[in-house]
Amino acid sequence: MTSRPIATTRNVMGVPTGRLAVWWVLASETVLFGGLLGSYVMMRLRHGAWADQAANTNTWTGAFNTLVLLTSSLSAVLAHQAAERADGPKAALLLRCTILGGGVFLMVKAFEWTHEIREGFTITSGLFWSFYYTAAGLHAAHVVAGMVIMFIVSLTAARNEELHRVENVGIYWHFVDVVWIFLFPLLYIAK
Amino acid sequence: MSGLATHPAVHHDRGFVTYLWSTDHKVIAMQYLFTGMLMALIGGFAVYVFRMQLAFPGQSVPLFGRVSSGQYNSLVTMHGTIMIFWVAMPVLLAAFGNFLIPLMLGCDDMVFPRVNRLSYQVFLLSAVVLVASFFVSGGAFGGAWTAYPPLSANAAYNLTRYGATLWVVAVALEFVAFLLGGVNFITTAMNSRAPGMRMFDVPIVVWMIVIASILFMASVGPLLAGAVMLVFDQVLGTGFYDPATGGDPILWQHLFWFFGHPEVYVVLLPAMGIVAEVIAVFSRKKLFGFRTIVYTAVATGVISFFVWAHHQFVAGIDPRMASLFTITTLIISVPIAEMVFCYIATLYGGSITLATPMLWALAFVAEFLLGGVTGIFLGAAGADIYLHDTYFVLAHFHYTFFPIAIIGAFTGITFWFPKMFGRMMDERLGKIHFWVTIIAFNVIFIPLFITGAAGDHRRIFDYSGFPDLATPGLQRLRITATMGLVSLLSVQPVFFYNFIRSMVRGPIASANPWRANTLEWSAPSPPPHGNFAELPVVYRGPYEYSTEDREDDFWPQHLPDDSPTPVASVGDRRSA
Amino acid sequence: MAQRTLAGASHHDATSYVAIWGVLCALLGVSVLGPMAGVRFLTLITAFGIAIVKAYMVCRYFMHLSIEKKWVVYILGFMLALMVVFFGGVAPDVSRHEGLRWQKTYVEPARTDGER
Repeated sequence: MTSRPIATTRNVMGVPTGRLAVWWVLASETVLFGGLLGSYVMMRLRHGAWADQAANTNTWTGAFNTLVLLTSSLSAVLAHQAAERADGPKAALLLRCTILGGGVFLMVKAFEWTHEIREGFTITSGLFWSFYYTAAGLHAAHVVAGMVIMFIVSLTAARNEELHRVENVGIYWHFVDVVWIFLFPLLYIAK
Repeated sequence: MSGLATHPAVHHDRGFVTYLWSTDHKVIAMQYLFTGMLMALIGGFAVYVFRMQLAFPGQSVPLFGRVSSGQYNSLVTMHGTIMIFWVAMPVLLAAFGNFLIPLMLGCDDMVFPRVNRLSYQVFLLSAVVLVASFFVSGGAFGGAWTAYPPLSANAAYNLTRYGATLWVVAVALEFVAFLLGGVNFITTAMNSRAPGMRMFDVPIVVWMIVIASILFMASVGPLLAGAVMLVFDQVLGTGFYDPATGGDPILWQHLFWFFGHPEVYVVLLPAMGIVAEVIAVFSRKKLFGFRTIVYTAVATGVISFFVWAHHQFVAGIDPRMASLFTITTLIISVPIAEMVFCYIATLYGGSITLATPMLWALAFVAEFLLGGVTGIFLGAAGADIYLHDTYFVLAHFHYTFFPIAIIGAFTGITFWFPKMFGRMMDERLGKIHFWVTIIAFNVIFIPLFITGAAGDHRRIFDYSGFPDLATPGLQRLRITATMGLVSLLSVQPVFFYNFIRSMVRGPIASANPWRANTLEWSAPSPPPHGNFAELPVVYRGPYEYSTEDREDDFWPQHLPDDSPTPVASVGDRRSA
Repeated sequence: MAQRTLAGASHHDATSYVAIWGVLCALLGVSVLGPMAGVRFLTLITAFGIAIVKAYMVCRYFMHLSIEKKWVVYILGFMLALMVVFFGGVAPDVSRHEGLRWQKTYVEPARTDGER
């Protein structure tokens, strides 16, 4: 492992460098999802008939997934709390619970999509479904990325090293949760 | 604590793999610079071919052969795409940003060296994907760099099925690379400044690169989403932009230009920053209105988000919306003009030396001014109805882009070459290259203003089908432009020769051959790993030139107050 | 990190993350039940209004934006504002059904739920 440059240890703005970088990553993700969801809303406003298609999404599945993500956000912030108390192993354990939550979310999604595809609702079934799969798919890709990074962080955290990363990866995970908080009503409730 | 960190992996062995895998910001900067220069050769070759076709339609182009209409479309598309995304951005933003930011801020590297390396690797992958598109069945994408659907979404229309998808993937990867790089630049600039360096002690070029990175980050998201949608339209048959399924091609236009307009400022600001540094140093004068320039750059960045639909005046948008965008577009010319005035004020009364970097900087100001004023005509929705999609637009944006991407790059390269490579470039070759390039540039584009105003449409392979335009007079102008281009391209080997020869056999440069103030000139030329033997502390701003009561006309930032400026050592070279 | 722990430590302990989670779940429940009332306006309020509240709570209590430096909030707010600009500038164009010299040729399938 190359040693850390002195640049990384400086802190002129009063926000630790890692956390500052995560805020900037969130800033870029905000406009990415903002653009995609904004485009969806514009098209949805234009096509009243999409309500028919949207009626075929399963609100209960969406709600359950929302619950799963909210709970995983809880375990992420508890991991942060453990890291602040310098309890690395506990933080690692809680991070892994969060990863588990992400895994459950993805599995439910897999079953949900399989069911919908079997019913004949594929990504080319209509523009509503195109948006549905694209938006949820982009979100799911971010869930996967979060799980991977979280796993890597948990490895060092378990050794009580680099504990500041627990908070940083948590902030990213909360953002993924917030995106879903908006996706849920957009795709499941607004029918 | 010594700044010379000994990195176990990247040490004194100069192996090929070491360079490829380095996390040193200076090496990564060179990687971006050389990749950008290589892509410029490809983009330059493309324009040579299609301008030859325009000057001598139907004739075989030397080094290429006969140009078909499909190939013509691919060439213009790839020229535009490459020059903006694979030349202007990597050279101005990534190469200079990577090289200068840690040095000018007085630190030993970027805050995330490994993310930095990753960003270059993603960028390299994007370049490979793009170049690969030349070799697939159907050839490179031919739907224009703006990639409007349905042309870009439907292979039956663009005839370049695989090229089209590779193009979108390459552009998306490039965006990701610059997002990664941007986070690094912004975080480093915010958090890693040397002790004593307050916000307005940071040199203007760093400010500009950081503001540009923020602008890029804030504007690219919707387009990245749009690119995903376009790829799905191309490959999966979704209908995001297809009216037949309820989609809207205009949505793409908005997504594209919401990014596309801030993007021009993303490339403009670093170029203006580079020019400002050079003007201050070679006028031996304080940069006029430093804070004003910074605030103006920020204001420009914000306003740039409110002007995008001036690219869509004739796309069928509501005329009332068009009026709104006319107003904002005309307003945005004001802050840019103000920055140019500040530069002129810096020059006024200065002790000017016309070294090669200074010649380029002055040329930037003059040529960009012409580009800017011609933009006024285009920003007015009424005039644009006639001028849209003519060569007038093309000449306007080349009078802005060429100063940005080419003149700005040469300004920076000739100025920082001693620091990057530890040797001086040849002044005489530099001046020959400069004068021929600038004259040729004007010979290319002034005729194109005229042909554009006369009605020459853009993206036309052969004007013989347009009786009003297939006149000898206009054809003479097209030929003139092409001859200008050939001259321009013919003199570039002088630069490459100068570059390579100087790198290998140029006179050794001292640490501070231009007698400048900013921190990079206090490091050795070239700087070693870790940059500074002892990380500097900053005592003043970057533009204390010709300060009263001081014997020397410069006052480096890192020297404690009341210490004499070090005497220029033997081997210092200032231009004749 | 030290300054946050010192200033925010009491804040962290006082705020029970589990309690926040409980409120979020309750809000989720309300937003799911909302459509069952059948009133469209109410559904939209519960769905999106609650989403905004939930997002706010996650940002404030889980991401600790309430004790973060103000300018971080401003940066994120600026990005959101840009999305409003994007929507405001594009929606009037994209959401229209006809314009000065064009009209939508796409035939909207008839809705089966009786609404227009």
